[in-house]
Amino acid sequence: MSGRRIVVTSGKGGVGKTTTTANLGATLAKRGRRVVLIDADIGLRNLDLVLGLEKRIVFDLVEVAEGRCQLRQALIKDKRFESLAILPAAQTREKDAITPEQFAAIVEEASAHADYVLIDSPAGIEAGFRNAVAGAAEAIVVTTPEVSSIRDADRVVGKIAAGGKPIRLIVNRLRPEMVSSGEMLSVEDVCDVLAIELLGIVPEDEDVIDTTNRGEPIALREAGRLSAIYDKIARRLEGELVPFTTFDRQGLFNRLMGALKAG
Amino acid sequence: MESVAIEREIGAEPQRRGRAIVLTSGKGGVGKTTTTANLGTALAERGARVVLVDADVGLRNLDIVLGLESRVKYHVLDVLEERVDLDEALVPDKHSENLRLLAAAQSREKDEVQTAQMEALIAMLRERFDFVLIDCPAGIELGFRNAIAGADEAIVLCTPEVSAVRDVDRVVGLLGNRFKPQLIVNRLRPQLVKRGKMLSIDDVNGILRLPLLGVIADEPEIIITTNRGEPLALRKENPTGAAYHAIAAKIAGEDVPVPMPPAAKQTLLERLTSLFGGGRS
Amino acid sequence: MIEFLRRIFGQRGSSATAKERLRLVLMTDHLELSPDMIETMKRDLVDVISRHVEVDRERIDVTFERQESTLAMLANIPILSVGRPSANGNGKHEGRAPSPDGSARTSKPKRVAAQTGPGAEGQAPPKRKRRRRKKSPPAPATAPAAG
Repeated sequence: MSGRRIVVTSGKGGVGKTTTTANLGATLAKRGRRVVLIDADIGLRNLDLVLGLEKRIVFDLVEVAEGRCQLRQALIKDKRFESLAILPAAQTREKDAITPEQFAAIVEEASAHADYVLIDSPAGIEAGFRNAVAGAAEAIVVTTPEVSSIRDADRVVGKIAAGGKPIRLIVNRLRPEMVSSGEMLSVEDVCDVLAIELLGIVPEDEDVIDTTNRGEPIALREAGRLSAIYDKIARRLEGELVPFTTFDRQGLFNRLMGALKAG
Repeated sequence: MESVAIEREIGAEPQRRGRAIVLTSGKGGVGKTTTTANLGTALAERGARVVLVDADVGLRNLDIVLGLESRVKYHVLDVLEERVDLDEALVPDKHSENLRLLAAAQSREKDEVQTAQMEALIAMLRERFDFVLIDCPAGIELGFRNAIAGADEAIVLCTPEVSAVRDVDRVVGLLGNRFKPQLIVNRLRPQLVKRGKMLSIDDVNGILRLPLLGVIADEPEIIITTNRGEPLALRKENPTGAAYHAIAAKIAGEDVPVPMPPAAKQTLLERLTSLFGGGRS
Repeated sequence: MIEFLRRIFGQRGSSATAKERLRLVLMTDHLELSPDMIETMKRDLVDVISRHVEVDRERIDVTFERQESTLAMLANIPILSVGRPSANGNGKHEGRAPSPDGSARTSKPKRVAAQTGPGAEGQAPPKRKRRRRKKSPPAPATAPAAG
């Protein structure tokens, strides 16, 4: 039974695709799933960096596509997990170095021995994006609650929906205090506009950049609030009905700590 | 030269050539569009004639950052494919009278624009404006190549994150010898730098080694200004608004110090002080 | 009305403005991305109107115009003839005098000078049927429990 193939995309750059792919992948692996992460951003690879695996790259996506190595040789096993591996992108090539069909074939091969294949899409709606989507049967669109991100997300939703693949939404970098003061669009606003199923809400967190810099996905910080959130997203992805956390001025942290203390 | 003058629009001087500057980064989301809009506004407020070109075919956003989305009637491809004159496509800014926008085509693809066409377009714009600022899309493919075509200067934007630095490094390589790019570090959070949770300006430029044009702090107000479509550079009293003006002044050749968030200056000073044996650690 | 709206937006902060702008810009984006849909809409519109009056199908003009807080579709549909009102209210087929040779009478369409050249002099300005239709807002999403 082959695994689910999910592309993580957005249109707009910098909204958190790579961070989401890394953290969601790490969370699924923590839960015992076999996970393969594929970086489709040929030329501007970053998934390896975000996971701290950049020094272990031997082969990359394009070399697999060109038949210069086997997929299993290119996959880098993340030592922090039983079952997480990544296929890095090529750094010195361009996105047209691989066709959508070649990419889809690699994704399929990866999914034969995995429960989840998550594809980190590049920004934009050009060849790199098309490759990434070609390999997937489902999509997660990431947006921030800002006008330009949402507009671009709408564009990619349109493009993916044309292919009939199920699409779900993650609203990233939410600032609840700004929503309360009326200076940031709410999750509800975003959902009204995009009209796709909500998968998760991730608040802005100043530690995320630090974890990226260190190559330690924030989902690995057990006591952290984001690790709980990514866990909820993973559970929803697996079909569980998990209520969305309500963010309010009081702060998510206090509520979660209260909940944890209560067991 | 009289015959040449007749062909030009009233008000343009055929002999002058404005500066064409591309704003690029590789990584998306570091603030290219916001910076283009704000620097354009600041330069226009100084009296320069400025045109902003949105080179992000298919994903246009410069219009919405400027609050001009309801006024865009024609776009770059309408001009390149000769359906309209350049004049009809230039949207006058709502706030700054010397500022114009040339919007990207929302329903087209980047590969529908040829590099030679962009070069010709930018050359044409340079004859009519003092500054042509080109908002480059994310990536390093055709969209990027088209955006840099016709430009003779480049500003690279980088946030203090490893992925952004890596991407800028790649872009600088691709810009090649034609450009001597200057760096703007965007979205710095001096307090996080102090706590060791964010790269410092030195960390970033230690790797990139580019002339520093300016450093802009992370500013929640930017989100609000985009919500409203009113660039922050319209408010000089705001520190970030002021920073954009200082950068504009530098671009215009004024000898001003590199604008930096005050807290960042403090941090640098503290580090220097401790380096030389004084102060607290 | 506009002032009222502005006060509301102002009170509610920039996110209300943002949402409105986003809604409208997405409508425009969607239209720009759907030239086929616009053609179909034009055809359907003309088909419906033609059931009641005779129109010049060749000279239909449909544009979209941004108006304050909405997007409007403006259709300019030149009317060739309107039959005499009949008992059953159908103005199209009845009451039209047949010409001596039995063929249907046609008349030249006249447009208001806004876009086309001047019409024949001394004649009454032609009727211009304008139809303003607001584009429907995007479909409602499943409402999340998030605050």
